[in-house]
Order: sequence, then structure tokens, then C-alpha cells
Amino acid sequence: MTMASAFEYAPAPESRAVVDIAPSYGLFIDGEFTEAADGKVFKTVSPSSEEVLSEVARAGAADVDRAVKAARKAFEKWSALPGSERAKYLFRIARIIQERSRELAVLETLDNGKPIKETRDADLPLVAAHFFYYAGWADKLDHAGYGANPRPLGVAGQVIPWNFPLLMLAWKIAPALATGNTVVLKPAETTPLSALFFADICRRAGLPKGVVNILTGYGDAGEALVTHPDVNKVAFTGSTAVGKAIARSVAGTDKKVTLELGGKGANIVFDDAPIDQAVEGIVTGIFFNQGQVCCAGSRLLVQESVQDEVLDALKRRLSTLRLGDPLDKNTDIGAINSAEQLARITALVETGEAEGAERWSAPCELPSSGYWFAPTLFTNVTQAHTVARDEIFGPVLSVLSFRTPDEAVAKANNSQYGLSAGIWTEKGSRILAVANKLRAGVVWANTFNKFDPTSPFGGYKESGFGREGGRHGLEAYLDV
Amino acid sequence: MPTTAPAFSDATASDSALRRFLFGLPGVDAVGLEARAASLGTRSIKTTAKAYAIDLAISMIDLTTLEGADTPGKVRALAAKAVNPDPLRYAPPRLSSDPLDAEPDRMTPHTAAVCVYPDMAATAAAALAGSGVKVASVATAFPAGRASLDVKLADVRDAVAAGADEIDMVIDRGAFLSGRFLKVYEEILAVKAECGTARLKVIFETGELSTYDNIRRASWIGMLAGADFIKTSTGKVATNATPANTLLMLEAVRDFRAQTGVQIGVKPAGGIRTTKDAVKFLVLVNETTGEDWLDPHWFRFGASSLLNDLLMQRQKLSTGRYSGPDYVTVD
Repeated sequence: MTMASAFEYAPAPESRAVVDIAPSYGLFIDGEFTEAADGKVFKTVSPSSEEVLSEVARAGAADVDRAVKAARKAFEKWSALPGSERAKYLFRIARIIQERSRELAVLETLDNGKPIKETRDADLPLVAAHFFYYAGWADKLDHAGYGANPRPLGVAGQVIPWNFPLLMLAWKIAPALATGNTVVLKPAETTPLSALFFADICRRAGLPKGVVNILTGYGDAGEALVTHPDVNKVAFTGSTAVGKAIARSVAGTDKKVTLELGGKGANIVFDDAPIDQAVEGIVTGIFFNQGQVCCAGSRLLVQESVQDEVLDALKRRLSTLRLGDPLDKNTDIGAINSAEQLARITALVETGEAEGAERWSAPCELPSSGYWFAPTLFTNVTQAHTVARDEIFGPVLSVLSFRTPDEAVAKANNSQYGLSAGIWTEKGSRILAVANKLRAGVVWANTFNKFDPTSPFGGYKESGFGREGGRHGLEAYLDV
Repeated sequence: MPTTAPAFSDATASDSALRRFLFGLPGVDAVGLEARAASLGTRSIKTTAKAYAIDLAISMIDLTTLEGADTPGKVRALAAKAVNPDPLRYAPPRLSSDPLDAEPDRMTPHTAAVCVYPDMAATAAAALAGSGVKVASVATAFPAGRASLDVKLADVRDAVAAGADEIDMVIDRGAFLSGRFLKVYEEILAVKAECGTARLKVIFETGELSTYDNIRRASWIGMLAGADFIKTSTGKVATNATPANTLLMLEAVRDFRAQTGVQIGVKPAGGIRTTKDAVKFLVLVNETTGEDWLDPHWFRFGASSLLNDLLMQRQKLSTGRYSGPDYVTVD
């Protein structure tokens, strides 16, 4: 026929014009944007193009001290407000986030490199939902299960990662404010911008000065923050190595700590699984946000009797993933967040090949500038392979097989991590039986990477401790 | 006469064998299936891709009238529209500022077929002779299918004799829902035998089958029995074609070709009224079965009002504005 040409999707870029990024930003301390005490700055680039987006102040120890003092000063009045009053601010912030969600989605995509489809449909709706959810708790803390009138801790020092910049901010700030704490938050150095936009939202919401302070900077600022003597609560999401260092640094203090660290989630596909949907779940599990997700389903455990069928279907599906301009609404796979992370992924994949695992990468052309990695899977992987044990934090799936449910559970639990797991089977009794045996903070059944503010999230073993989200998430910010 | 694909001949050896085969197919997780369909529904199809999709969708329409009030005049009007969907575009010479002049060959395609009741098939055949537009006729006591096999087969013979190029049959949902799968299968075989060279579309009435597992099983019964197309629905019940049930059927034909080498078409019908809807279905095809099915020989829309919306969107692409309902023909 005459129309035999393929259905090529024309470019459908979201407009950059909806976001106005200033050439430079200061630290947000005590309600004002201010330069770093030593005047230091750093650049933040768009990982998909390496274009410099802005120059932001680089916080040092003196700035951390200033911010903690501001938070301490604000704590007295903020914590004394009735919960219903604090709720009003949180509801206001949530509504402003919703109103500005398109702008924030574009900003996040520019600074992080993830597809606009994800920031638009996942990150931003969840950010707003998180503020709405904890706004609802602010005047109901008496009924949270911690006795009458539970008290806040004081100043929370929060350090968040670059994979979900605004969402991790929401996970940290919403429960902290709802419970009456004040915060000093440090976003990751590669993704500072959405936190700075959030600072502007706080101002527009009329949030009292000093309740939220944002310090952009590097690891030294994070370290100064978590070790500051006047910080009462430390919340960290990031790598297990840094998490261990934080745990050591707060040992012997009375700081309350929650750590949300790495993972090597097992996605278990039984032979009675809904195969087409399991394939979608495997894709969502490891290629959502280019696999830069602590709870990613980075280990596929597939029952040997359906292994070939599942792998064929998976490869066929991966070949349809659209990698490219993150602002294009049809992009499925965006850029890796930084050159450093790309180097880490590349090195681990090389190790996988050197150790004899069989690599397969989706056929796709990588853009010439920016940081990119094609969706990749490894077969012939055993528990002994590095790619089966170490967190890669990239779009790389390790495929292992199992023969029986017991073996699946044993292999899934055989990890230093314990953050997430998935179970795929049409048999309800198997879901319940296996879920009870998995040592993972989140177990998804016939789905993966589903998030909701009402659901607690956190890890076993080296994946951290404490829970964020839901009623459980209040505990980390209350003196109980 | 086409018979069961050899790879699966055991599956249809007996009622119990067929049941075992159908219940051995992987289950369908409804939440996951609908989420995948919805996610493909967010694809943004713009400019050249939209122009391609609109013309492809027009060429895939089975322009349908299935009413008690159908008359030869109504059928002839519909046939004329199928052959020449957009007469106003051909009428006066186009202005030189018309962007479509850059692509002078891009005429509005004709639809794939006109779909009528058997007693209107002869009228449609006469009106469409030589046009390239096929005559499709529903048969087998459409839409309920509640008649004896002999009556159903006579219905098919009648339509074929009247010049139908394609037969749209309904399966016996009563037999299916009571677990008599072999009866459903054998009835399709019998109808196929009456079709001669006419292509057979097998309608499952997905709204009555109710579950996605049933739709997958029905798809396999149809494919095993030699259907040329599997089709969602009659358009006569509350739930007709949806992105999810069409995605599921696309997965079935994809898997069937992978295992047998035999390609089978898919026809969602009923409820697809806008260009936006149609484009979403084409995205489902593109990303599930791939471009081999992006062809009116392998994918159809059972629709009537869809055509005018596609034409209005087509005009919008070339003129930059919506011209309104008076610039497309009523039928």
C-alpha cells in the first residue's frame, strides 16, 4: 500500500518557556536568598546537553551554622502554632506546587535529565500529594498512635539525592513541618534548582522565615549539616557508603536518624505470572528514571520454565523504548544524571562483562552530547556476579533464574540490601506466602515502583532504617 | 480450507483439550493491562506524524451502518462517502497558499470498507464496484448470534452471494460463557468454510465476555479457527472497543504470528469517535505489533462518526483552522 512508511513520531517537545531560570541563585536562609559566606559558587548543567543552566551558591560550614541558627530561632514559634495553622501553610504549598507543576516538571527534567513524561506524570503529582497528605496530619497528631500532644524534635538537617530532587524534598520537608520541626535541607550538587524554586514557593506561601532553609552545595556542606551540634534530627537519602559515614558521625549524640540508602531489588516472575504485564513491570522496575532509583527492581528472578519466553518478550519490548531528548513528551529513557554516575555505570557493566555475564543492550542511537546509557540487560548472571550484588543505579538489569518458590525467596533475600521486591503471579496465595518471607521494606505484587504518600517506605539491612510516608513517617519527626 | 495452525492441532482435538489449552494461556492482570494502554495513550502525536496517522486511520475505517432503518439510499450515500470521503477538497482548485500543495499527491484516501447488514450487501457491492472499497457484511444472526447454526450459515451464504468481500460474524457468547469452547471453535470453522474467498472477521463482543482472561481465550479460539481478523465488538452493547481490550488482542495476534507465522488482523469497533481516540489505537498497534499491522489489510476501525472528525482534523492540518461540520458531508 502507499502508506507503508513507518509511523515516525514527530518531535513533541514540552516548551522550555514555561520556566524562567535565573543566571544565578543564592542560598535560602531565614527567608532570604543570600550568597555563601565565602562567595563560592558552582554551576549546574543539564545532563542531556551539558548546557550550563545556572550558577548557584556553594554553602560552607559558616552557612550551615547560619541556617541552623535561623531554623532554631524559627522553631519556637513554628512548633507552638496549632496544628491546624501549620496545616494551612502546607495546604498552600501543595496548591502552589500543583499550580506550578508544569513549570516545575520542565525545570526538574532540565536539571535532572529524566523524561518529562515522568516528571509530569509521576514526580510532580506525588510531590503535591505528599504535601496534601501530611498537611492533613498536622492537626491530628494526637491520634497518630503516639499519645496525646506528641512533640517535635527541633531542627531537622536533611540531605537528599539527585534522582528525585523535588520528590525527596517533599518526603523530607512535608512530615517535618507537619509535626512542627524546622528544617535545613541540602539538595544534591547536580540537581539544586527545584529546591531553590521550592524556596520561592515557601516565600509565596507566606511560610515564616527560617522554617525552611535550603543550602545548595557539595558533600562538605552535607557533612557540616549532619554533624552540626544544634541539629536534632538527621534525615538522609542516598548511597549506603555516605549513610554509614553519617551513622558513625551521629553515634554518641542524641540526634534521631533516618537513613534511606541503596538497594538491589528482586523482581520475581513465577511461571504462572501474567507475562505481558510482568514484562511491563520489569521495564518499569528497572528503566523508570534510567534505573536511578534506590528501590529499582534491578535483579530479575525468573522461573526457569518461562525464562526464554520472558527474555524474548523483554528484549522485544526494550527495543521499543524511546531514548532521547528528555523534554520530548514521547521520550521513555532520558539522560544519566552526571558524568560521574555514567562512569560508575559503565565501570560496573564492564565488570559484568569481564566476569562472564552476557550483555545485551537495546538497539538505540545515543545523542552525541550529554550523559547517556542504553537500556541493558545481563543474562547468565549468578549470585556470585558483581552485577547481581552491587547497586548499579543505572538502566542495567541482571537476570537470574530460579526453580522453586523457596529458591526464589532465598536468592531474593541473599543481598546486603533489603529495600524493595516484586512478585508476579496470578496466584494470590503465592503472593501472600512469598511476600511474608521477603526481607524487603516494600513488596509489590503484580506491579512495581508504585508510590503513594499514605504508604510507608524504607529498608531492611544496608538499605537503611526508619520509614518515610504514611502514619509511620511521622514517628521520625516526633519525640516519641 | 484453512484449518487449525499445525503447531496447535492438539489444542482443538477435544473439548477438554481446548479447555486445557485456553486455561494454560498466561493470565491477564487487569490493572497492568489498563495502565499500559493508558501510558501509550499519553504519546504526543504531532504535525507530520499526525498527518500520517489521520490518513492511515481513514484508510482503515469500515464505514458502518447497522440500523433497522437502513435503506438502499442510506447505503448508497455511505458508499459514496467511503469512496470519496472529502469531496470539498477536490472541488475547486486549491489555493497556492494551501500547505498541502507541497504534497500534491496526498489525496484523502478512501475507507477500507463499507459495513452493512446482509440484505444491504448487494446494494453496497453495486455502489462500490471498481472503487477498491470492500463490502463487509455482518452475518450469523448479528448482533446476538442467537440462531441455529444452519440459519447462521445461510446468513453468511446470503451475504457472500450478494457480493460481500468480508464477513463479520459473532461468536456464540452463550456457549463461551458456559464453557463450551469447542462449540465456539467449530462454529467459526463452519462459517469460515462458507466464506469462500471472503475474509472472516470474528466478533467476540468483549463487553459480554467481561474479563480480560476471557478476551484472551476468545482471541485464541478465533485465531485457531482460522479467523482473518479478530474484532472486539458489535457496537450494540454498553462497552465496545477500549484501548485495553484492543491492546490485549494485539498481543494475541503478535504472539500467534510469532508461533505460527500466520498474521491475523485486528478490528476494534464501536465507541471510537474522535481523531484523538483513533491515533491512540494506532499508537497501540505501532508499539505492540509494530508496523506490519499499520495497514488496512491488518487493522480496521469499525466506526461511522469517526470519519468526519478525521476529515475535520485533516482540514485543520492543511488550513490551520477548524472549518466546522458544514465542511464535511453528512451521511
